[in-house]
Amino acid sequence: MTDSSNVSDSHSDFDFLSVQEQDFDVAFEYAQLRENNSQDGAIVFFSGLVRDFNQGNDVTGLYLEHYPAMTEKALAKIIEEAKSRWPLSRVRLIHRVGQLYLSDQIVFVGVSSSHREAAFEACHFIMDYLKKKAPFWKKETTKKGDWWVESLEKDEKALDKWQDQ
Amino acid sequence: MINVVFFAQLREQLKTDQLQLELSTPCTVADVQQALLDNHPQWQEFLANRALMCAVNQDMVQSDAMVNDGNEVAFFPPVTGG
Repeated sequence: MTDSSNVSDSHSDFDFLSVQEQDFDVAFEYAQLRENNSQDGAIVFFSGLVRDFNQGNDVTGLYLEHYPAMTEKALAKIIEEAKSRWPLSRVRLIHRVGQLYLSDQIVFVGVSSSHREAAFEACHFIMDYLKKKAPFWKKETTKKGDWWVESLEKDEKALDKWQDQ
Repeated sequence: MINVVFFAQLREQLKTDQLQLELSTPCTVADVQQALLDNHPQWQEFLANRALMCAVNQDMVQSDAMVNDGNEVAFFPPVTGG
């Protein structure tokens, strides 16, 4: 299941958005942000990984469900919002779905900008919004059984800091 | 006809991933929710959850949002991606 595209016609041809089962290569993504891009002095990226503890202990993996018809649309809106707030040249966003195991990569967000402040803030903003606005759900696999991850209040609060800007 | 879809824990609780509803439109998401409860009273404890999120035609909305014939209405638990 691969579903990838440029974000929209109104955006830079360099923007990239993908919801996919397969892994991604951070070096490749970084190179795409950097290639033929002498206008930008800053690239910031984040990668999220499957860790061995969460609300349950002894996590052995997780299954990521999503709402296929909506996922890409929701992510494109978040990118659009970030680009309206900061001068970003390129945005690359990849989110994996399906069965993942410990240390697997889940998500990549990379942005380029002329200046580092915009790149740092926009990358942070995109992750905070993704965690509350994009239709993904994690089901953890543990040695004691499987359960759905609960959403956290701290993720809700994380959005507050962006409201006034 | 309104297409209703459920995801994640809610889909498992209702043992249903999608269904169709005949409702007079336009109506609201809350009306759709009420129609589901009328048809499936046993869903009360899962569907009446205030934390549930909803979307109409793949845009997240509040429960007073309008629904028209042919729309897709989704109900799901708070999201946990990233």
